[in-house]
Amino acid sequence: MKVDFYEKIWLWAAAVLIVAFAGTVVAGAVAEGYAPPSHVETINPATVWSDARFAHRGVTVDGNHVTVVAIGMTFAFLPSEIHVPAHRPVTFRLTSADVTHGFEIVGTNANTMLIPGYVSQFTVTFDTPGEYLIVCNEYCGQGHHTMSGKLIVEEATP
Amino acid sequence: MTRDDRLPLANLWVAISAFGVAACMALMQALSRANLDLPWRSARMYYLSVTAHGVLMALVFTTFFIMGFGYVTVTRSLNRPVSLPGLAWGGFWTALLGTLLTAATILAGKASVLYTFYPPLEAYPTFYIGAALLVVGSWGWVWCMFASYRAWRREHPNDKTPLPFYALLTTAILWQIATVGVAVEVVVLLIPWSLGWTATIDPLLARMLFWYFGHPLVYFWLLPAYAVWYTVFPRVAGGKLFSEPLARLTFALFIILSTPVGFHHQAMDPGIPAGWKLFHTILTFGILFPSMVTAFTITASMETAGRARGATGLFDWIGKLPWGEPLFAAVALSMLLFAVGGFGGAINASFGMNAVVHNTAWIQAHFHLTVGSAVALTFMGTAYWLMPKLLGRELELRLLAKVQPYLWFLGMALFSFSNHITGLMGMPRRIYDASYGGSPVAAGWKVLTGVSAAGGVLLFVSAAFFVMVMVGTGLAGARRTPEPVLWAEPLEDPGPGRTIFDRYGLWVVTAVVIILIAYAYPLATHLAMPRFGAPGVPQY
Repeated sequence: MKVDFYEKIWLWAAAVLIVAFAGTVVAGAVAEGYAPPSHVETINPATVWSDARFAHRGVTVDGNHVTVVAIGMTFAFLPSEIHVPAHRPVTFRLTSADVTHGFEIVGTNANTMLIPGYVSQFTVTFDTPGEYLIVCNEYCGQGHHTMSGKLIVEEATP
Repeated sequence: MTRDDRLPLANLWVAISAFGVAACMALMQALSRANLDLPWRSARMYYLSVTAHGVLMALVFTTFFIMGFGYVTVTRSLNRPVSLPGLAWGGFWTALLGTLLTAATILAGKASVLYTFYPPLEAYPTFYIGAALLVVGSWGWVWCMFASYRAWRREHPNDKTPLPFYALLTTAILWQIATVGVAVEVVVLLIPWSLGWTATIDPLLARMLFWYFGHPLVYFWLLPAYAVWYTVFPRVAGGKLFSEPLARLTFALFIILSTPVGFHHQAMDPGIPAGWKLFHTILTFGILFPSMVTAFTITASMETAGRARGATGLFDWIGKLPWGEPLFAAVALSMLLFAVGGFGGAINASFGMNAVVHNTAWIQAHFHLTVGSAVALTFMGTAYWLMPKLLGRELELRLLAKVQPYLWFLGMALFSFSNHITGLMGMPRRIYDASYGGSPVAAGWKVLTGVSAAGGVLLFVSAAFFVMVMVGTGLAGARRTPEPVLWAEPLEDPGPGRTIFDRYGLWVVTAVVIILIAYAYPLATHLAMPRFGAPGVPQY
């Protein structure tokens, strides 16, 4: 196959660019340990409210370890207001009681799907104290645009 | 109009009609997002219209247009009648019946589940049955394309496939591979569940099957647009196709790379191990390659056109190009928008970066540059070029056809850039109202949603121009002897002999092997895991 000289240069440059894109993603995953929320754990959506893992919803602080347990349902997050300390890793454990929802903390990288039958889990550290808007970003029915919550990041008291 | 052209014309008219209805839906959505209080505005109407717009644009307009254009490549590039015309018409009527069933269910307000229809949101069963009929009907087209190729091959055993047909044949192969996913999802999971035969459904399994189909779906849209870029556009510009073998390489690579990438749409999903998401991400970057090939080849083809028109300097060939020719303007502008959309796509697929944009307005901004511009604007340009030739009529309202691509470009620039930015600011996609009860963060999106609405109005005017030109041409265009369809000639003819690109079995087997590597293990482990189904939540 005959390829024009300039086109050859372009194709090699494109190949280098693609390898660079893939390389940065792999480097981030391997060196920094970065991965999108990919926790594998199932739960019966019919019994989420009484399931031991989700019966107690809210924030638990255990030493340096902060855990947030919450459920998404049409059209609210429960609890709808979450207070967490700044500068400490916060692990979110979330699921849905009905349809598929999204959980996005606006202005941060915290973003996951809430799929009934599955537990979403990820850990994030908030460095800037303040009030954040939590929104559902997956269409969940006629009240989708009203499904929101609040995250308050508080400066830790010494 | 000859008898042979009734088949493509029937498909193209359904496509144009679906486009017109869907464009009206879009106008309402753009105005609603900007919180403009129109008298008929309600959440119910908004989500109904988002569903109708998505289904009619992404699934109906595209599929029927591609089927119609595919038949044109049989009659005008293979230069033979479509094989199995009964199957072709059967497929057409099946797909049309499916479309009417699905559209009626949506418009009756019984299927506001959006065009991704993720369960356990549950639509009335006729929505899923109609969708299944649309896909089954399109398989009629696929097998007519295969049969037409076999018939041609018997007459030309040593020739390579003519390029325009080659492009649409690879599209048909890709579509056959891709639609297996959605067919299994709809027929095995959704229809029995919506009829109440099964009590619950695994929403994640449904998502995996949907996205097995959902990403090659975008290449099903794109390849026919590329077919026009490679085999029509250079000639309309006044030049030649810069590299014929690289065009074939592009189409062949899409057969093998389009499908094993679906998890990049599910980067934020629980229940799928991160390693598989990373693997799909890397394969996704591979698909950038054929599009980079396309960017060079088509731009170089444009340069040959400018030089043939007398340009001698480094850049003056750009000014010599026929910017007043509707097909030329539509394709050239769609390519500019696609360049931006393509790089945005690399960001979406990027494993980690996806967290910043996932399910935000950025995503709708992205795919309005790709399917909404590269594909839709190219198809509109193609219709201006093709319909007069099929109908044997002059293009009517020529001035509107000249202005329309520029109006689309401007509207899309406003719509897309504003939504990219609000997406980065965190505004979700597909929301009726972006105010979140007066949240100060949401107030920061307000100006840009207004810009987006302005873009939406321009796009609507542009879409209306397109439909007016089509209806005007079909009803009132002056009759004349149909012009022949002339395809672009290559700058250097590589000769008539078959090459590796004509060995379809090889490409298909390679595709299947990569798909098995990417999907078999994650799907098998998923099915083996103890899982709990979710009951449906009816939206009717």
